[in-house]
Amino acid sequence: MDTENIHLDHQTIYSIVEPGSRVLDLGCGEGDLLYPLVRDKQVRAQGIELNDKAIQECVKKGLSVFQDDIENSLREYPDDSFDYVILNQSMQEVKKVDCVIGEALRIGTKVIVGFPNFAYFKSRFMLFFQGRSPVTESLPYLWYDTPNVRFLSITDFKDFCAEKKIRIVEVHYLGEKTIVRFLPNLFALNAVFVVTKKK
Amino acid sequence: MKKTKTEKVNNNSIGVVETQYYTFAESGKELNLKSGEKLGPITLAYETYGTLNKDKSNAILILHALSGDAHAAGIHAGEADIGWWEEFIGPEKAFDTNRYFVICSNVIGGCKGSTGPSSIHPATGKPYALDFPFITVADMVEAQRHLIDHLGIDKLLCVAGGSMGGMQVLQWAASYPERVRSAIPIATALKHSPQQIAFNEVIRQSIMADPAWREGRYYEYGQPEKGLSVARMIGHITFMSEHSMEEKFSRRLKSDHFSFGFDADFEVEGYLRYRGANFVKRFDANSYLYITKAIDYFDLSGGKFLPHGRIPDTRFLIISFKSDWLYPPHQSQDIVRTLKRRHVDTTYCELTSTYGHDAFLIEVEEQTTLIKHFLDKTFNGYLVAGNYGY
Repeated sequence: MDTENIHLDHQTIYSIVEPGSRVLDLGCGEGDLLYPLVRDKQVRAQGIELNDKAIQECVKKGLSVFQDDIENSLREYPDDSFDYVILNQSMQEVKKVDCVIGEALRIGTKVIVGFPNFAYFKSRFMLFFQGRSPVTESLPYLWYDTPNVRFLSITDFKDFCAEKKIRIVEVHYLGEKTIVRFLPNLFALNAVFVVTKKK
Repeated sequence: MKKTKTEKVNNNSIGVVETQYYTFAESGKELNLKSGEKLGPITLAYETYGTLNKDKSNAILILHALSGDAHAAGIHAGEADIGWWEEFIGPEKAFDTNRYFVICSNVIGGCKGSTGPSSIHPATGKPYALDFPFITVADMVEAQRHLIDHLGIDKLLCVAGGSMGGMQVLQWAASYPERVRSAIPIATALKHSPQQIAFNEVIRQSIMADPAWREGRYYEYGQPEKGLSVARMIGHITFMSEHSMEEKFSRRLKSDHFSFGFDADFEVEGYLRYRGANFVKRFDANSYLYITKAIDYFDLSGGKFLPHGRIPDTRFLIISFKSDWLYPPHQSQDIVRTLKRRHVDTTYCELTSTYGHDAFLIEVEEQTTLIKHFLDKTFNGYLVAGNYGY
């Protein structure tokens, strides 16, 4: 597979997940993140997705997937059912974010959260100089036609973790094609956090 | 099993098939039923399509709904009726007979070649009628287990079916998890709800209210046609959705004016009468009573579905339809929740269809994609072609 075409967030999460682990992907889309994990790393994967077409694509890839809403789909799982619960590029579409993350932390040993950074400098620029709601590579939607109901920055998420007593294990700041090291809340398009319950 | 000719009803049909019969549970070896009674000898009607492979790992058992039969695919020589799941079973179809050995088994209590209330009671030489013992879905599965043993199959690649067929699928997974590699229950439930029992009770009462039913002893006189056709009419209403009835009939009249009488004015009335009248020609009234009762008794809730301590390695593909109000999606979600609690490998799809409960027979394309790939993964696993190596 051509690595050029694989999103940096997928590559990052792929490298985080340990072989043979149990993984739940919330909002798994067409299974592009889970499929290589299952094939190469013998991960035992389960996806949750609402979209009809995406579900069919997952099954074509041989993935196991539930057609369900993320917010209603976690309560049946016993505690620590998974090694990783992934919430990549779907948190911003969730209404009750704190409930979903709370449930994810209950059923997963580690939770991987990937989201677009609203404080990216181009967003700030559009808002500040143009006076318009930002449209960027990671937040490509117009205000009136977007699945996103939450807009957060990297700093916002760190504050959230501090307030909810969630431990941040590792963070990856992602630009368009490379890792961002300098002033991530300003220059990162996306962030991938690995978090756990505070012990 | 034998494809006597390769004659085809359409491009991808299995062609001409024959129903076969397996008789067991002879005197002294009767089947112990859940009711505490015994039944024997038992004949089970079944058909097979495709070829069993050497290690017997490609066998799929298909189970039918309430009024179905063993004739799931192809045609019988000299007859016009094609199998009830013809579009799903055959070369390159969802259940691909080029790759898999597909068995469709009838149920005990039925009237399509298997032992039921219209069969001859060995003790009296007359039809059982109401002397036929009450049966359950678990008893149906127990009889099928004898058939699968007889065919020499230790582990089924898949057990699949819709509606009452789906209940048999769930029962197979509950009774014999080690013999079922994968299960596809479609448009079904873990237990019959009061609403479902209520419909079945009205169905039974309409049969039993017909004087021609004669306490079940009608075999010398002919079927209780009025009661049985009303029973089937009720069924057909529950198989459709409000939307599909609007599309199919709307308020269209059979003629250009009202009759101002009790003839069938509306097309929907004509349709139900036609369906009812046809049904009495092909299905035994007592079988309808016994089988609806078996469905009402069905309840795998409360730990009966996955009773063992260990996690079953059966994979599940569960399908429901948004417009199905007879077996609504929340009943399938119930099954999914039970499987989730036990970490069972499960895929659940809620298909958008306007056909109501009938969708499991009609919606070919999406179900085919799901079933085909699910079976492929179960049969072959991942064909590992090296590491992606990001």
